[in-house]
Amino acid sequence: MWIYQKTLEYPVNITRPNLRMAKALMAQYGGPDSELAASMRYLTQRFSMPDDRVRATLNDIGTEEMAHWEMIGTMIFQSMQGASCADLEAAGLLGFYTMHNHGVFPADPNGVPFTASYIQATGDPIADIVEDMAAEQKARATYEHLMNLTDCPQYLNPLRFLREREIVHYQRFGECLEILQSIIPNNNERIQYIANGPVITTGDGCCS
Amino acid sequence: MSMTKCELKTKIQEYQFILVELNLYIDTHPNDEAAITDYNTYSAKLCELIDMYDEEFEPLVGFGHSPMLAGSWPCSRWPWEN
Repeated sequence: MWIYQKTLEYPVNITRPNLRMAKALMAQYGGPDSELAASMRYLTQRFSMPDDRVRATLNDIGTEEMAHWEMIGTMIFQSMQGASCADLEAAGLLGFYTMHNHGVFPADPNGVPFTASYIQATGDPIADIVEDMAAEQKARATYEHLMNLTDCPQYLNPLRFLREREIVHYQRFGECLEILQSIIPNNNERIQYIANGPVITTGDGCCS
Repeated sequence: MSMTKCELKTKIQEYQFILVELNLYIDTHPNDEAAITDYNTYSAKLCELIDMYDEEFEPLVGFGHSPMLAGSWPCSRWPWEN
């Protein structure tokens, strides 16, 4: 269950059309390292995680990512408002206009639509968490590229906030990796440990 | 002290952010008492601010968490509208 609150996590207020930025921002709306991919990746990996703390982290970061996806969608929507069909075409968004008009659609800046093949849930706790750490770094790099494309504070302020969140999430997933390494055998027993799915512990004392 | 709708919403976003950050920290440090004390302090303050917003302006949280007047949920501004 999720509850909706009618606020963004961090304010967005773009007051003029900017199709160049609208197009670039699609990387974080529907690309492989997008907020959508992050959210779906963590929320679907959490089911098979064997530790209370790691499950909680995936659940809660996955939830925060949905709020980031909403911020990016808002930035794209506001950046396209007031732009004409001809403006979209001139900005290289002819294909986008044809299929989506001023709608916000999860595709990357090259028009490649979002797909679940961007994410993985191996059911192997360490493989999954290492993927998540890489995802946070890739998203951080993408935010830095986006910040290099503009000097407008209406874009830079939310982008700076979102970039910092990637760093905090990477830190938390790093702690998750240490937790998993302390509970999963690092020898021949490991294959047996994973064979029938990870042993999922609840109320195992870590939260006493 | 009375705040405008925009000021109150910004205050709510600030407290909410503190709580997002504390929540993620507590996820991997579930026995950190100082963090839990901070969480509970800010959580009480956030609830107070949301109650104030609900009462003075419009429902902030859906699915039963904020009281509603006729039309007030669907017709109040969505966060992507500027």
